[in-house]
Amino acid sequence: MTPGAPLVEMRGIVKAFGAVEALRGADLTLGVAEVLGLVGDNAAGKSTLMKILTGVHRPDAGEIVFEGRAVAFHSPRDSRALGIEMIYQNLALAPNLDVVGNVFLGRERTKRVLPRVMEWLDERRMDAETRKILDRLKIRMDSVRAPVARLSGGQQQAVAIARAVSFNARVVVMDEPTASLAVKEVGKVLALVSELRAKQVSVILISHRLQDVFTVADRVMVLRGGRGALDTRIGDTTMDEVVKYIVGADTGGLSHLASGR
Amino acid sequence: MTWSRVGLPAVIVLMALTFSVLNPNFYSALNLRNVARQSAILSLTACGQTMVVLSGGFDLSVGMVIGLISVAASLVMVETGLWTGMLAGVLMGVGIGASNGVMVAKMHLPPFIATLAMLSAARGVALILSGGLPITDLPRDFRWLGAGQVLTLPLPAVIAAIVFVGCHLLMKKTRFGRYVYAIGGNEEAATYAGVPVARYKISVWALHGLLVGVAAVVLTSRAVSGHATLGEGAELESIAATVIGGTALGRGRGSIANTLLGVVAMGILTNGLNLVNVSTYYQMVAMGVIIAGAVYVDQWRHRGD
Ligand SMILES: Nc1ncnc2c1ncn2[C@@H]1O[C@H](COP(=O)(O)OP(=O)(O)OP(=O)(O)O)[C@@H](O)[C@H]1O
Ligand SMILES: [Mg+2]
Repeated sequence: MTPGAPLVEMRGIVKAFGAVEALRGADLTLGVAEVLGLVGDNAAGKSTLMKILTGVHRPDAGEIVFEGRAVAFHSPRDSRALGIEMIYQNLALAPNLDVVGNVFLGRERTKRVLPRVMEWLDERRMDAETRKILDRLKIRMDSVRAPVARLSGGQQQAVAIARAVSFNARVVVMDEPTASLAVKEVGKVLALVSELRAKQVSVILISHRLQDVFTVADRVMVLRGGRGALDTRIGDTTMDEVVKYIVGADTGGLSHLASGR
Repeated sequence: MTWSRVGLPAVIVLMALTFSVLNPNFYSALNLRNVARQSAILSLTACGQTMVVLSGGFDLSVGMVIGLISVAASLVMVETGLWTGMLAGVLMGVGIGASNGVMVAKMHLPPFIATLAMLSAARGVALILSGGLPITDLPRDFRWLGAGQVLTLPLPAVIAAIVFVGCHLLMKKTRFGRYVYAIGGNEEAATYAGVPVARYKISVWALHGLLVGVAAVVLTSRAVSGHATLGEGAELESIAATVIGGTALGRGRGSIANTLLGVVAMGILTNGLNLVNVSTYYQMVAMGVIIAGAVYVDQWRHRGD
């Protein structure tokens, strides 16, 4: 990887669900330790593009390059192996499992009972690690053994955030991570984003709250109708301009130039 | 979970007291051994059913599949011998369970349709193979499986106990169990977390099929012949034991331990009703009411979850 080369590049991503063309040739680049704000109207294709990056969906066309190498993800397991984590818009928690079970879902710690034959879950270790993770993120939780169905919306969001940022992630995708948080908690999430960047982690932040994006992001990208409409450094634009690109008014040929890059 | 911790144990004690007052024979060692022997088959099918239910499915084909395996294993046994017959029965169980699993996990059929289809197919094949007649002349030694004892305990009950402990540890202590719960609770979340959902679903159905296979072989041994109708009602009984124990249909909530209580409650109820001469027909009616009631009460307790 040459210095300065992007960590993630998605090129010409196309994805249709039946008759719905969710993505029509979307491009995305993400640098190391860069925070990218990804914005756009409802149904613009933001979540779909990110689910392609994590291997939930497979693109109909287009390619993904990670650290200069073309990659194909068949399942979220593959993207996780490269350190790509995502906080999904609907959180994707198992309501019947406790906090520990959700934080470690898909990467349980085990201990050998009979070598090579039987491994048991190492509950004590996962319990302790979960507490440590929550402490570090300053998330307060009465019990890490409560089923997440019993937690408040904000607490559930905290669990989803905790499990995405705590396992040596290199890229963290946050799809509306502040949707059900109180103002004070929103500030914590934004601080966390800056903290991740300081640790050389790249972040893609999807949010309908433009002020959040303008607070923490280095770059902002607008998706409209499944295609990039704007991709620029935060310092080179304004909220008003971004809003214009989101709704698509008065940008005519310009949007074409921008997405063509 | 107060039902499985307090309510159900209380109901079990109450039933035991009532039946022992109504009929002093209830507490005889002979009768209790009978309860254990009769509950053994249900234990096997209910353990399998519970794991399938925890993964978000349920199996209506248990009874007919037991009949099919009973017939097929008996035929193999008559032709080739005791051990190959038993092995064939168990392996058939695994194969049928895995087929149900593939229909649910790969073809995305609702479990209701998949297992109803399996039920029909199994009944057909069982009747084709047997011509509707029992298969007799099974090896003498085969009887031991259903009638034998280990340290005065009925062998089927010992098998059931081992299965209960094994399934409990599997569901509570291993990654496999964790994933079954996760899939039942939120399949999408499990997928996003990198769990190979289809593979685990097929595995849990295959494991359930294995237990159904064992149940069929033991039941055949007790009947001393292979019958297409041997497992009649087993699907409902196993679902009943599961939901009475407090495992919820389609929500990944419950446990093998709950189902042990459900099996005990069903065993005492059936045995007690027999002792006080309530006919099987009335018992069938009672079973229907109990299943509907148990699910209703569960939904009512968890409304808004
Ligand atoms: N699994 C799916 N099956 C069918 N259609 C889908 C699926 N996922 C997304 N879509 C469709 O693709 C389009 C883009 O959806 P997507 O969720 O990516 O939008 P979004 O930009 O994240 O919107 P929002 O801001 O509302 O979250 C929508 O029309 C949506 O209905
Ligand atoms: Mg979205």
